[in-house]
Amino acid sequence: MAILDMDGEDGPKFIPDPLKIPKLACDSMADSAPYPAYPEHNMKLGFPGELLDNWQEVAIAKIGDLASKNRAFQVYLDACVKCGACTDKCHYFLGSGDPKNMPVARQDLLRSVYRRYYTFAGKYFPWLVGARDLTREVLDEWYSYYHQCSQCRRCSVFCPYGIDTAEISMAAREIMDTVGIGQKYCNEIIGKALEIGNNLGLQEKALRATLEDLEEDIEDETGVSVRIPVDEKGADILLITPSADFFAEPHIDGLIGYAKVFHQAGVSWTVSSYASEAANFGLFIGSYENMRDLALRIRRAAEDLGVKRIVFGECGHAWRVAYSFLNTLAGPFDFLDQNYPIPQHILEFTWDQIERGNLKFDKTKNDHLRLTYHDSCNVARGSRMGDKPGGQFEIPRNVIKAVCNNYFEMDRDTTKESTLCCGGGGGLLTDDLMDIRVKGASPRMTALQQVTQDHGVTHMAAICAICKTQFAKVMPKFGYERDSILSVHQLVSNAILLDGQITDDAPVPELEMANEEGTS
Amino acid sequence: MSTLYALLFYFATIMLVVGLGLRIAKYARTPAPLKIPTMPAPTTRSGVFWRMSREVLVFESLFKSNKWIWVFGYMFHVGLALVLLRHFRYFIEPIWFWVNWVQPFGIYASFALLIGLLGLLVRRIVVERIRYISSPSDYLMLLLLIGIALSGMNMKFLAPTDIVAVKVFFLGLLRLQINELPTSASLLVHLGLVATLMIIFPISKLLHGPGIFFSPTRYQVDNSREKRHLAPWAAELEK
Ligand code: SF4
Ligand code: SF4
Repeated sequence: MAILDMDGEDGPKFIPDPLKIPKLACDSMADSAPYPAYPEHNMKLGFPGELLDNWQEVAIAKIGDLASKNRAFQVYLDACVKCGACTDKCHYFLGSGDPKNMPVARQDLLRSVYRRYYTFAGKYFPWLVGARDLTREVLDEWYSYYHQCSQCRRCSVFCPYGIDTAEISMAAREIMDTVGIGQKYCNEIIGKALEIGNNLGLQEKALRATLEDLEEDIEDETGVSVRIPVDEKGADILLITPSADFFAEPHIDGLIGYAKVFHQAGVSWTVSSYASEAANFGLFIGSYENMRDLALRIRRAAEDLGVKRIVFGECGHAWRVAYSFLNTLAGPFDFLDQNYPIPQHILEFTWDQIERGNLKFDKTKNDHLRLTYHDSCNVARGSRMGDKPGGQFEIPRNVIKAVCNNYFEMDRDTTKESTLCCGGGGGLLTDDLMDIRVKGASPRMTALQQVTQDHGVTHMAAICAICKTQFAKVMPKFGYERDSILSVHQLVSNAILLDGQITDDAPVPELEMANEEGTS
Repeated sequence: MSTLYALLFYFATIMLVVGLGLRIAKYARTPAPLKIPTMPAPTTRSGVFWRMSREVLVFESLFKSNKWIWVFGYMFHVGLALVLLRHFRYFIEPIWFWVNWVQPFGIYASFALLIGLLGLLVRRIVVERIRYISSPSDYLMLLLLIGIALSGMNMKFLAPTDIVAVKVFFLGLLRLQINELPTSASLLVHLGLVATLMIIFPISKLLHGPGIFFSPTRYQVDNSREKRHLAPWAAELEK
């Protein structure tokens, strides 16, 4: 259904609805499944290499084991009343129309098996409550549809009992791993991060070389020597950032932004080659143990380097793990300076510096951009920034508005706690899942097209490595350039005025033009 | 017949109380390994109390989610609550003043309850997405409740039963005596269905009642940076 928009700048017009409910297309996504992991990927994480002979037995036992170890899993398996309130809340359903992508139906893939083996009704009257045996077909269905969930938790906002499909999805992946069916993308990456320290498998030497190059680039551009230190013992701050920040566009411009902010704030900081990754894919596969092992690397790096604070770079699920779980997984952090949040987000840091008046900006440097902001699902619904609930929405916007003149909001039903996932989260950011990634991105892209129509928005900023990679890849399919997605700290980097920076005396033509356009 | 119903109600009560008790004990015992409140979440216990109150009293999340389901669901639940309060008068003597006070509302409430149930049933059949996720038990549960409502309303409005005798029967049960139960068809149907409901409560989706109080996304406080949260089995890993 299109909505009639009466306030559009060019008069009333019909605009598409990003949350339009599709017609059901049963099993249309049944064939979407990621590449399975090789035995060595699984075994590195402590899982069996290949499907076990007695996998049914093991899987059923694992359901019971998880239900006894995780209250959310147990309660959510029992409490759903099939009210249907969540059925139209998943971006993968909105984009694909496959009813098994409706959150409750996704839960039911596992709930039906739980009921069969663990409930009275399911044992004796399976047909009555939709209980079913765990067969190879069911396992394949799990593999397919639990890898069409980005664990974004949008459904949990709208469920009257807070049922969080992400919890079910993570449990399902853990069960599959336990019987020897792992997903290649996630498991291979976790192995690399555990072995080398980051998801890319970037060795220390390569890391140092990249960062040195980057320092030179910044100096060439600004005339100021801004450092990006590696393994510097005794630094105040350890920066943990997604490894994509070290080499991929637009991530790397964000890293330059952090470096400039740290430089201007006059703090000493370092990255670690041992814990050179903020991302923690242990979350995606629902494995507490793997998530903990990855988190402990960060603790060890902080101890070894003798830092006082830990700051996280722009990454969505990494910030969820950091904010909500790090203290649990790798705490207590009593060796760090207790006067600062542990851990702290780079945006909390930057916003604090802005509020203190330590940073100066030339906002017109961003006048060639007309911006909107995409709330990353894990930041929005899985974490906080600042000391008030909702700070995770306000602080990024405050920073953007401090450095940019042209900022516009997307449809309120698609932002903040109701934000739509980019479509590539939760371990889906792999080429073998491109079809579902594009479908999952389409609601967000429609919301973006709305603000492009209404306000001429050209670019979207985000604070998540996965969002950035996903959008850079899928935006061209929706009529945008691949560089239409930006890091928030890239905007900061554009506008920040470093002490001693070479400034262009002659006014930049771009700048004048932007001024004529006026501000919003 | 009286003996049969007396035994049925003793059995149903035991099933309800024990079943629910065991389930709640299970939920309470099961640890939540991680902090997973759906953000933004309250940062204090009192904030959580307020969030929970809004969920339980006005179905806040459902309201945000779907107005039709909210309207019907709310009519049903509020109607049911009032009707249940009204039914207290069959179990207590003398009748508490506030039970008398809700009597007139209880009557209107029965209509709200019925309309709510019918609305939910129609949606379950008509809306493609909800039909897709429904299994036989989902329809039967609604039909069971509708049966209870209709048989009850029949006694109230069309074919009154000897409610004094009903009260004597239930007061008797509380004192472990079996008194004569009137044998009106509506009454027997009504009581039979209610007993059925009580029996299946702890083994069905009706567990959403206690479930919401154990839903980590709703009851957890957002304070993970300030306070370390650790499940007992996770603490074992640190040894
Ligand atoms: S909103 Fe919650 S209770 Fe309703 S169908 Fe979805 S998961 Fe079940
Ligand atoms: S967590 Fe997100 S991706 Fe998964 S079912 Fe819910 S809305 Fe869909």
